[in-house]
Amino acid sequence: MNWLMVIAGAVVGAPLRYLMDRAVQARLGTVFPWGTFAVNLTACTVLGLLTGVTAAAAVPDALQHLIGPGLCATLSTYSTFSFETVRLSETGAKLLAAAYAIGSVVAGLTAAFLAGHAAVALLGHTAG
Amino acid sequence: MQRDSGWQREPLDPDTAVEPGPPEQRRQAQVLAAIAAGGVLGACARYGASLVWPTAPGTFPWTTFWINITGCTLMGVLMVLITERGAAHPLARPFLGTGVLGGYTTFSTYAVDAQHLFDGRRAGLALLYLTATLVAALIAVWASATLTRRLVAPASGTRGDAS
Repeated sequence: MNWLMVIAGAVVGAPLRYLMDRAVQARLGTVFPWGTFAVNLTACTVLGLLTGVTAAAAVPDALQHLIGPGLCATLSTYSTFSFETVRLSETGAKLLAAAYAIGSVVAGLTAAFLAGHAAVALLGHTAG
Repeated sequence: MQRDSGWQREPLDPDTAVEPGPPEQRRQAQVLAAIAAGGVLGACARYGASLVWPTAPGTFPWTTFWINITGCTLMGVLMVLITERGAAHPLARPFLGTGVLGGYTTFSTYAVDAQHLFDGRRAGLALLYLTATLVAALIAVWASATLTRRLVAPASGTRGDAS
């Protein structure tokens, strides 16, 4: 059952990353990888929310697998992120590469932190 | 009897009446299917690894670390082969790069695992994990791409104008 949930999440997550990435990139241009930045930030927020809710309330195992290792982990990507960073620095945009790498990590971590703690606060319990 | 409404207008054999759709739309559907199929394979490999090598809470998330580093290593190889070493199948990049490797590696688990280390008052370990993954992933992409460029000769007819 957990495997099926992971597969179901991945079937949605992978094409969603591609479509979201393209849509964002089409709007904001191609100098900075805003598309990957946006999908990673979104996935970190949703996964932070899920772990916050799970800490404060009972969430079915199947739903945790669908959203966690299924959807969020597949929606987000480290391979494209680091490839883009290396590409930026190879083409001479070293400052932009550093800003992208550090900005993604700080933003992703902050989003996960805020979403997780907001979920715990809203549900009125402290994390167990 | 109405002859000009609903399926009465369709040929008798429903299988022959399937319109393949405009080429661009069909190509887009193939790309999305390739990405979804690759994403499932990558996600299953990642989830399987997390079951075989579970990480205890409050410790360095080695499994996710190695998943991301191996994924980035393969990404460096793949992008050189596809973009600089001859013609690959048009669906190779969406299937392997966007699908398999994109689905296999994860940024959200990386961030949330680090957040949990911070929450558990293991700030030093969290910072070490964040930094070590980032640095190792960038070295992995760069080194595997460089090595692939050296080991695999450019196919005849393609220009080696990569670096």
